[in-house]
Amino acid sequence: MKSLEIYVHIPFCVKKCNYCDFLSAPATKEERREYVESLCRQIRSYREASRDYRVVSVFVGGGTPSILEGEQITEIFRAVRETFSIEEGVEITIEMNPGTVSAEKLEAYRAAGINRLSIGLQSADNEELRTLGRIHTFEDFLGTYRMARAAGFGNINVDLISAVPGQTVESFADTLRRTAALSPEHISAYSLIIEEGTPFFALYGDGACGHGGEYPPLPDEDSERQMYYDTKRILGEYGYHRYEISNYAKPGYECRHNLGYWNRTEYLGFGDGAASLMDHRRWVSGGQPEELSREDEMEEFMFLGLRKTAGVSKTAFGKEFGVPVEMVYEKVLADMAGRHLLVQDGDVIRLTERGLDVSNYVMSEFLL
Amino acid sequence: MTQDKSFYARRRNETYWGTSIDDNAKDGYRKVKELAEINQSKIRNFCIIAHIDHGKSTLADRIIEMTGLLTSREMQSQVLDNMELERERGITIKAQTVRIVYKAKDGEEYIFNLIDTPGHVDFNYEVSRSLAACDGAILVVDAAQGVEAQTLANVYLALDHDLDVMPVINKVDLPSAEPERVIEEIEDIIGIEAQDAPRISAKTGLNVEEVLEQIIAKIPAPSGDAKAPLQALIFDSVYDSYKGVIVFCRIKEGSIRKGTPVLMMATGAKAEVVEVGYFGAGQFIPCEELSAGMVGYITASIKNVKDTRVGDTITNAQSPCKEPLPGYKKVNPMVYCGMYPADGAKYPDLRDALEKLQLNDASLQFEPETSVALGFGYRCGFLGLLHLEIIQERLEREYNLDLVTTAPGVVYKVYKTNGEVIELTNPSNLPDPSEIEYMEEPIVKAEIMVTSEYIGAIMDLCQERRGIYEGMEYMEETRAVLRYRLPLNEIIYDFFDALKSRSRGYASFDYELDGYMQSELVKLDILINKEEVDALSFIVHADTAYERGRRMCEKLKEEIPRHLFEIPIQAAIGSKIIARETVRAMRKDVLAKCYGGDITRKKKLLEKQKEGKKRMRQVGNVEIPQKAFMSVLKLDDKK
Repeated sequence: MKSLEIYVHIPFCVKKCNYCDFLSAPATKEERREYVESLCRQIRSYREASRDYRVVSVFVGGGTPSILEGEQITEIFRAVRETFSIEEGVEITIEMNPGTVSAEKLEAYRAAGINRLSIGLQSADNEELRTLGRIHTFEDFLGTYRMARAAGFGNINVDLISAVPGQTVESFADTLRRTAALSPEHISAYSLIIEEGTPFFALYGDGACGHGGEYPPLPDEDSERQMYYDTKRILGEYGYHRYEISNYAKPGYECRHNLGYWNRTEYLGFGDGAASLMDHRRWVSGGQPEELSREDEMEEFMFLGLRKTAGVSKTAFGKEFGVPVEMVYEKVLADMAGRHLLVQDGDVIRLTERGLDVSNYVMSEFLL
Repeated sequence: MTQDKSFYARRRNETYWGTSIDDNAKDGYRKVKELAEINQSKIRNFCIIAHIDHGKSTLADRIIEMTGLLTSREMQSQVLDNMELERERGITIKAQTVRIVYKAKDGEEYIFNLIDTPGHVDFNYEVSRSLAACDGAILVVDAAQGVEAQTLANVYLALDHDLDVMPVINKVDLPSAEPERVIEEIEDIIGIEAQDAPRISAKTGLNVEEVLEQIIAKIPAPSGDAKAPLQALIFDSVYDSYKGVIVFCRIKEGSIRKGTPVLMMATGAKAEVVEVGYFGAGQFIPCEELSAGMVGYITASIKNVKDTRVGDTITNAQSPCKEPLPGYKKVNPMVYCGMYPADGAKYPDLRDALEKLQLNDASLQFEPETSVALGFGYRCGFLGLLHLEIIQERLEREYNLDLVTTAPGVVYKVYKTNGEVIELTNPSNLPDPSEIEYMEEPIVKAEIMVTSEYIGAIMDLCQERRGIYEGMEYMEETRAVLRYRLPLNEIIYDFFDALKSRSRGYASFDYELDGYMQSELVKLDILINKEEVDALSFIVHADTAYERGRRMCEKLKEEIPRHLFEIPIQAAIGSKIIARETVRAMRKDVLAKCYGGDITRKKKLLEKQKEGKKRMRQVGNVEIPQKAFMSVLKLDDKK
């Protein structure tokens, strides 16, 4: 039986954040009810396809999935469990935002088998939260976090954002320390991307260090990198290690679901705009599948795998494609190693710190 | 300098709307045919001269329409078609060399040969040959703008060719029109009688009839003996893939018909005439014979326009005329640049395209060259910057070539210590300074017409461009003509733009080549990451080298993307560094998030990044965008 990951997309939120380009928007109760219904139908339609697979992780993302009523989550998981075979003890995550959660909802999550929570904090500085367009304060987050612990959740991720307009190296270090002090099992720390179509894009253009009118300016490039380096250093002090460009965990708490994406485990995505990868094809819900050639898959193997600090395994590449990685990428590997962007360490190929800083550059070289 | 591409592009266009002969000639053409035997007194050969935008093409269109060669409906559709081409090419395409019939008020029918002339200084020689094919010129002057520098230059050129100049005041329908003032200006400045000049609006057709009547009255009929030995002036030619070269000529003496053995007196080429004819609107119309006084075309299975140089004299190979018509000269390119295919594999395609363009354009020259930075390409010679731009545009649009063009330069004369003289067209070929005795650069005589409030600003500009003041004359109280001698190399880049911006568009400018002058010139090299990039070297006057070097470095800093390492950009004369900028190393190029739904998008991003690298030129470890090689062209005038 092959491994399969399941992703469920809930495209609703209370209010769109200034940096968000995800598929999400505020919606009425009625719209949410209809969405959940059709979502469950979509999941159930995969009964046939599910036979050859065992589900190794489930992730409910958004948007803000915690906007849904507890029983709607129960309904969704009923559909998932009735359709797929889910092994005991696999990682099942739901995303949530402070201010949208109640003890009842948390209880429903537990009952549905959810064992991991991912909470969007983004910053411990209330001014920065306002700039981001978040609906909550750091204190709201603390309430939600404590409530989650009290409800018995022993695996919690906290999302943070660095390089927020107006943020300083010091204020971000403070956010890191205040978060790590709470001892969540996992922390994701993303450097802000100014995405097209977001309010921030209008204010700050294409990632330029501009000034956004009444909004504070973006931190400069040197500060941004400093924040990135500080993340590894400070979280290291609290017992977290970096295992991917933006992801940090206590030992054994790396997010299995996300590791699956970088290891090219097959996945099915349900709900609006959710992507799936199965049988050498990738598609978005309701869209035409894209056939992936062997070369496409080699490229993905490399540029996804190299996001992990553990890098990619040469043996795994050889096993997957029946050809040694050196044969396909001899020149690139030598070139990148020569420029100290990448190291080959026994069976492992991984990026150096400098290689991680300019990973797009390195990864683009792996395109065939 | 870009407004007057029209004529040139049209003439050089292989899809030229006149190159196919339509057997179903319309009534208008038949009427022309019947008149083919008409006597000389009923022929008028003339051109229209004007400053840019004073309405030359509109008047030509109106004349063609009013003489009934094309109905107004046909006219409109023709204009529309041209507009399409215009949009496609970003250039204007209008009137033509055309034969038209006019039934005058005296009841007689006259043949008008309207010979269009290119309006740009790049093609001054060709203009002069077109004028030599005429007996008179209509001078169009804008009733609001009055006399401009080009008006003057064109009138003098016409008078040099003994043409009778007949002024016409156009655009009298404009609210700002002051026909009386302009008439006075024409009389004062140019010194020709203008009181009875037709006051017209070519746009609305107002009083155009009067222009037609005055053509008969004021422009002389041609003279010449149809029985004398053949003597015909070549004033243009186009290449047709079926008929070979189609030669546009004015018969001065004798006659020519199918079967006449002809000799091109300057090039020595011989051929037998296959077809003679005249110019319909949009068509070539064959006829029996062209005789003294007529304007038309011949074909003779000639395969190369190099054999039919503009200005050459066609004569009968068996009974040649005593001597050729005066004024022929071989036109040499004034401006050179390197052209390289962006994709090295397209090198043969570039050669092919240049050869095809040359079929129609004898003044385009090219020879292979190699650059360390750019690989294999061609050093191409042009009449001027406009000519260069047109060729570049045509290569890109019509032949689908992606080009890297190096900074244009002029032809320098290098006098070596061993007595040798080199005509330098590529800065890379400059000998070692120790072998150079001295150098000379081409100089132009420039006339700039400007309203008095901007005289100071324009004099400053000319001063900055190493101009030598030759004099100034007030045309009237508020306008003057400034005369300067300027190095050609100072005006080929952005002089015209600078002139316009410093005079708020009020200055007009004309120039002609005026020999060579010794000058303190140096070769400025650009080093990128300590490596000299040959394709970026240029020759510059020693006094401006520092400034140019500095601005070049600044410009390149903007153009060259950040790399993983720091890149010094230096300007040097010999081994001496005179300017430096640094492209900082890239700190960060990373996508923070990449989950299941991001992969497709992320891959597109990486592909774009990789594709971008392909469009770069690798010099050492540095990838230089193609457009950086042209950045010397964009060193803005001081603001």
